[in-house]
Amino acid sequence: MKKMRIKQHTRTNFLTYLGVVAAFIIMNALSANGSLSRSLTGQLVPICCYMSMAVSLNLTVGILGELSLGHAGFMSVGAFSGIVAAMSLQSLIPAAPLRLAVAMLVGAAAAALAGLVVGSPVLRLRGDYLAIVTLAFGEIIKDLVNCLLVGVDASGLHVAFNLTGSKTVEDLGMQPDGIAIIKGAQGATSTTTIATFTAGFILVMVTLFVVLNLKYSRAGRAIMALRDNAIAAESVGVNITKYKMMAFVTSAALAGAAGALYGLNFSSLQATKFNFNTSILILVFVVLGGLGNLWGSLVAAAVLTVLPELLRAFSDYRMLVYAIVLILVMLATNNPTIKTFLNWKSNGKEAA
Amino acid sequence: MEFLSYLISGINLGSVYAIIALGYTMVYGIAKMLNFAHGDVIMVGGYISFCAMSYLGLPGWLALILAMAVCTVLGIVIEGLAYKPLRSAPSLAVLITAIGVSYLLQNTALLIWKAAPKVYSPLIAPTKANGEPNALRLFDGQLTVSYISLLTMGACIVIMIALTLFTSKTKMGKAMRACSEDKGAAQLMGINVNATISTTFAIGSALAAVAGVLLCSSYPTLQPTTGSMPGIKAFTAAVFGGIGSIPGAFLGGLLLGIIESMAKAYISTNLANAIVFAVLIIVLLVKPAGLLGRYVPEKV
Repeated sequence: MKKMRIKQHTRTNFLTYLGVVAAFIIMNALSANGSLSRSLTGQLVPICCYMSMAVSLNLTVGILGELSLGHAGFMSVGAFSGIVAAMSLQSLIPAAPLRLAVAMLVGAAAAALAGLVVGSPVLRLRGDYLAIVTLAFGEIIKDLVNCLLVGVDASGLHVAFNLTGSKTVEDLGMQPDGIAIIKGAQGATSTTTIATFTAGFILVMVTLFVVLNLKYSRAGRAIMALRDNAIAAESVGVNITKYKMMAFVTSAALAGAAGALYGLNFSSLQATKFNFNTSILILVFVVLGGLGNLWGSLVAAAVLTVLPELLRAFSDYRMLVYAIVLILVMLATNNPTIKTFLNWKSNGKEAA
Repeated sequence: MEFLSYLISGINLGSVYAIIALGYTMVYGIAKMLNFAHGDVIMVGGYISFCAMSYLGLPGWLALILAMAVCTVLGIVIEGLAYKPLRSAPSLAVLITAIGVSYLLQNTALLIWKAAPKVYSPLIAPTKANGEPNALRLFDGQLTVSYISLLTMGACIVIMIALTLFTSKTKMGKAMRACSEDKGAAQLMGINVNATISTTFAIGSALAAVAGVLLCSSYPTLQPTTGSMPGIKAFTAAVFGGIGSIPGAFLGGLLLGIIESMAKAYISTNLANAIVFAVLIIVLLVKPAGLLGRYVPEKV
């Protein structure tokens, strides 16, 4: 019996990886022979970012069982630190793929640090506090980046804080050859876009690899035990704070890497892009895909990012249709009658 | 004097937050759900009263009553169609549905009233016909308090007292408190839980309409997204004061408004929201149940 179960999750994991690889090859082939629309080609990298965001949020919400309403905040931290890293290393690392990798690592590290700062006081408390504190964190990051001025010249980075709204890029005191990277409320403008679909694919694979391996490790079992019953887990010697932090910081770091890729995909990016609505959007992917179900998150992220594009035929009504679809799906998947029917149908297969 | 005028504008803003937070906290206390569509009900209330005053030419008080009536019906309909079928579902499913309802309201408003901001005509005009400000003058005119601010503060206090009396004295209010303690036991005592929850939504939505009218009277631009930020702020206000507690929501709303106004005046306009949220985080770390919330230790 035990052997069977392990086999099953290994098979699911394998199929998940295989699905991502297959999707990558198909999309690459399609875009090579030009049968993808322009808007869809432009969506490829963002879709990869959202997929990775959804999988990493699923680690916090589905596997750890803590509601996070500020995942976009970590994405924002990753995006802007990644942009700063990529822009300032332009002369040092001329090869774009390597620079992108370094930027993503910097983004991940910065977001992990932010996760540590946010998580360490909050995860000690019981209850829904993480939801409110992450919400607050997302808003704080948005405002802070809106006040941030960053530029780089030969002598290094210049950072200024535009508290009163009176400072401009000139106040950074850069040499004439310096370039401004983040211009306060205008955000990052004239970024060199070095993100590629291949990088997005690697990001999704790495994210999946990290989360799946964490989930099925000793630590992952401890995390899921915490989710199911914190008191019981504590009584058998699971260190609550340590494992909660592990899951939360990993999730933040992955979001940071995704953010860096996202930021380097657009030549201009404002902090308001990563607002409460973006956090909610990612949460919707996770919940619709199924809590704790990683391939579900991937599919939901891809479908729901493309859906508004597909709904173009409805023009003005598309967001309205999106909202109605969202409500109906939630009502249908949680309807007791339909649930019993689905359980009956897949009885035996999903009984475990 | 400057300090006092900032304080008054903070109390004015805080009163609006408090009215919204009262609705949030009542719904949370009973249905145990975060109703993210609450902010958009505020926006609907604003638009209904705008239409009543600008297109139908109704007087302000009638527009307010009309907005309250429409929002009450809206609240009951939303609860019945979207939330009631999910009563036994996990709370995250209800949260996502609430977000769906929020998108639905925003986009419907966008289709009906378009994205361009509407200029709201306040309940009490800021200036009289002869150009004088429509305000109370204190200290030889050094301090002016507009009548709309006084109305907002008064409305907030009246609503808070009325809600406290309602929940402690009336049969329905007692039923609400019973439901928020223990739904199963309440049902065994013969309380109609579904009707009680619907009533709570009705009251919460009516309060949102009042908040919408007062918010637009103080800050007279109206857009389909007008309600989102005040909605989030009011939610944090409710948490700040202790979610589920009526005096807590009142206190939380007022404090949040004052902190925001002071931060804008003395620290930085750009960072005012960040400061508000930072204070919230600090308060939660010190008092995890909020200022007036009751801390219920987990029983093993």
